[in-house]
Amino acid sequence: MPTAAAPRALIDAASELILGKRSRIELALTCLIAGGHLLIEDVPGTGKTTLAHVLARLFGLDFRRVQFTSDLLPADILGVSVFERDSGGFRFHPGPVFTQVLLADEVNRATPRTQSALLEAMEEHQVSVEGETRRLPEPFFVIATQNPASQIGTYPLPESQLDRFMMRLTMGYPDPAAERALLTGRDRRSLLEDLAPCADAAQLTRWRDEAQALHVADALIDYVQALIAHTRDGGRYRLGLSPRAGLALLAAARAHARVHERSHVLPEDVQAVLPAVALHRLPPLDPLPPDDAARMLLQAVALPH
Amino acid sequence: MMFRRTAKAAPDLPPLGAQRTGWLLAVAASALLPHADHLPGWLGAVTLLLFTWRLAQWKRGWPGASGWIRTLLIVAGCAGISLTFGRLFGREPGVALLALLLVLKLHELKSVRDGHTVVLLGYFMLLAAFTYSQTPAMAALLFAAMGVITAALIALTGPPAAPLALLRQSGWMLAQALPFMLVLFVLFPRVPGPLWGLPLDAHGARTGLSDSMEPGSISQLSQSGEIAFRARFDREAPPARDLYWRGPVLTEFDGRTWRQGTAARRTGGTPPHPVAGPRSGYEVTLEAHGKNWLFALETVAALPAGARVSDDWQVLSGDVVRNRRRDRFESVLAARPGIEEWSAHIDAARRLPRDGNPRARALAAELRRQSGSDAATVDALLRRFRREAFVYTLTPPLLPGADGIDAFLFDTRRGFCEHYAGAFVFLARAAGLPARVVTGYQGGERNSVDSFIVVRQSDAHAWAEVWLPAEGWRRVDPTAAILPSRVERGLADLAAGEPVPFVARADLGWLRTLRHRWEAANNAWNQWVLSYDQQRQRELLSRLGMAQPDWQTMTAWMAALCGLMAGALTLWALRRAPGRDALARAWAGLDRALAPAGLGRAAWEGPLDYAERVAAARPDLAADLRAACTLYADARYGGAPLAPAAREIRARSRALRCHRTLHHR
Repeated sequence: MPTAAAPRALIDAASELILGKRSRIELALTCLIAGGHLLIEDVPGTGKTTLAHVLARLFGLDFRRVQFTSDLLPADILGVSVFERDSGGFRFHPGPVFTQVLLADEVNRATPRTQSALLEAMEEHQVSVEGETRRLPEPFFVIATQNPASQIGTYPLPESQLDRFMMRLTMGYPDPAAERALLTGRDRRSLLEDLAPCADAAQLTRWRDEAQALHVADALIDYVQALIAHTRDGGRYRLGLSPRAGLALLAAARAHARVHERSHVLPEDVQAVLPAVALHRLPPLDPLPPDDAARMLLQAVALPH
Repeated sequence: MMFRRTAKAAPDLPPLGAQRTGWLLAVAASALLPHADHLPGWLGAVTLLLFTWRLAQWKRGWPGASGWIRTLLIVAGCAGISLTFGRLFGREPGVALLALLLVLKLHELKSVRDGHTVVLLGYFMLLAAFTYSQTPAMAALLFAAMGVITAALIALTGPPAAPLALLRQSGWMLAQALPFMLVLFVLFPRVPGPLWGLPLDAHGARTGLSDSMEPGSISQLSQSGEIAFRARFDREAPPARDLYWRGPVLTEFDGRTWRQGTAARRTGGTPPHPVAGPRSGYEVTLEAHGKNWLFALETVAALPAGARVSDDWQVLSGDVVRNRRRDRFESVLAARPGIEEWSAHIDAARRLPRDGNPRARALAAELRRQSGSDAATVDALLRRFRREAFVYTLTPPLLPGADGIDAFLFDTRRGFCEHYAGAFVFLARAAGLPARVVTGYQGGERNSVDSFIVVRQSDAHAWAEVWLPAEGWRRVDPTAAILPSRVERGLADLAAGEPVPFVARADLGWLRTLRHRWEAANNAWNQWVLSYDQQRQRELLSRLGMAQPDWQTMTAWMAALCGLMAGALTLWALRRAPGRDALARAWAGLDRALAPAGLGRAAWEGPLDYAERVAAARPDLAADLRAACTLYADARYGGAPLAPAAREIRARSRALRCHRTLHHR
């Protein structure tokens, strides 16, 4: 197993598979290092599953996928205790949530009850089934997807649940050059199978610890506070960023700085993760296209001197 | 819950946070505090109640006042105010109404706009408070309140910050305004006379002398420590026993009350008779007292323009003294005016009621017979006062309405100056001498700090004047015969057990010094701030060396000084404001080096992103700029030492500045 790889090497490796999406890959990796969960909103076929697969594969992590449907029950995710005649007792059959990377596809198709079962597991890193609490494996990383195009028969995640995702990304269509390379290149699935892990869970934990230990200057905290204050008092949003969102922003900025091999966190790190971390938690008073919304937020707050 | 309600009420306006609401409560408190002593009692209670309620809502989450309660309160409040004052317009009801509106506005704070309303109302309340009181203490209080309100204004418009930081910022802003205030105050051309006066009801009932005298009217004044006027002499002040400040002269007597006579109503712009002798010049700063009397020493020889003097030597102003005023007089202290007195005035000074006080009349006739001459009669009367067991007291017993002078002279023998003066004049007239009562102030306390003579209401005094054919009007002070120290040292030496006015006590030395200091400060404030008029302005400016302080010169100076200060502040702010430390200044310097070439940094742009953006556009600047930006990022965000980084950034900025111009197209 290769060790001491740089995060950049992982991004390079993933970019060979997922073409033209380097910034998304970087953010997804940042989210993983920061210990958060990821929500991807996009139409089907834009590489959401591939992204989840690639990340799991590069770290050599277990990967499970659950397709959410309206009849999915909490037990279908968490697991269930079954009576076994041989042993004469109940045995717990763990559900798909007991994995390291979980792809929850079309999470908004399931009922709020099932959604909240997953979201609680995400938050606590443990599940309670029939009175017994079971730890989930570490690392535990959920990539949930939502299809914004078809809203019929769905249960959109409420704001309080959205807040539990550290980041929200959209994949977007590839640019023409990437599209062409995709059309002429090898089959993605076989490429994925050939992909060798560049790191392992221990490496991920190390990066996580290193990100935690990065120097954060007062000036940076000032900046983060100014951003949060702007969302609360700036008059542009119906609801400002929560303290949890503030923590998530700083954690994501630390991870981003670690991905870029910096010894301290820069405003650039905050700005790089800000749209992904903040926009899904900020219901705007007048909706804007995502790019405009991101620019509006970034450019509204001056850096401290 | 809270949030949803505010959001529903004002969907398109930014809501107030809890911190800003707290600031607005502070605004209301500091705007209402200066009005505490003149709001009607019931309104003060209502205001306090509503404020406490709102405070509890803010602090403890109590429910707020609903719309109909507010409507009810405003209707009831307006009704109460118009009942209390009889009207809804004017200063008093206006201020009361504003106080009510201000606390009610606190109960409907939804958006930042409501906050601005409260802040503006707060500023206005401070201005209104100045129409009630202009003392230095009030000015200090209002200045502090202005600091709080300005901090609230900053909290409303700026990002959230700690309360102390906001107060510091507001204090700093006000301090910056201070030099402008001073220059405008000193140099703004003044027109003679008030441009706009205080409202007529600005000064309510004042204590002071009245135009009639009956037993008890002056002893009431003796308990008041209020300052009547201050005087400053050109040279050394005369001793206190010579300071007789002449007020209303009372000639007519109806058996009980002394009133002014015809001589008081005949006035002229110059003294009725020429006064010869050495003159003392002095300036009197008279407090507003609601009458048209001015107080000058006996005997006045020169008047300020516009003042008049009556035939009985009382100085009068053109109209009622509603504002503090300053006048210059000259007096001859040893003069005996009126050798050539109109016979009508002398006759008026002889008149007595037809009957009453038979014992006094008999005594006067007896003394007159014994002494022979007029002058000897005066001495005999004084001797009588000195020899009999008369007691000088501030709390004399009540005298009967009829034959009061008899009762005083022969039964009670306890009295205050008005008793002695009245009884003396009665006796003198009964003995056939023309005599009259003079009221005014006697003595005064020399302030050891600023050397002003301070005359209080407790120095109010009454004495007598007797007209002798050979010498004119001679001043006779029977009180001095009873208790000489009264005219030497004031009231301080009264008999033990007498309720001496607190301010007149002589035993508390340290307290006296403290009071002198405080009054000197008050006086300086009065002299230089409140009475800073055209004349004072001229004096000051010519003392400062301005040759011709006319309004053109002053305006030019004012514009020049304000421009200079604004320029200096701007320059200072430009150099200083972008940052707090050397690194921030160096960083701002880098921006100044590149901004003219259109390569400035956007306020939100991170240092490394900025370097890359400019490097892409101007590769020739890339090396220096990248180095400078990395240094900045390392120092500001990475914990590297600031000073060397700042130095290096300055060096790179210089290089970039040269480069920028060299290569600039």
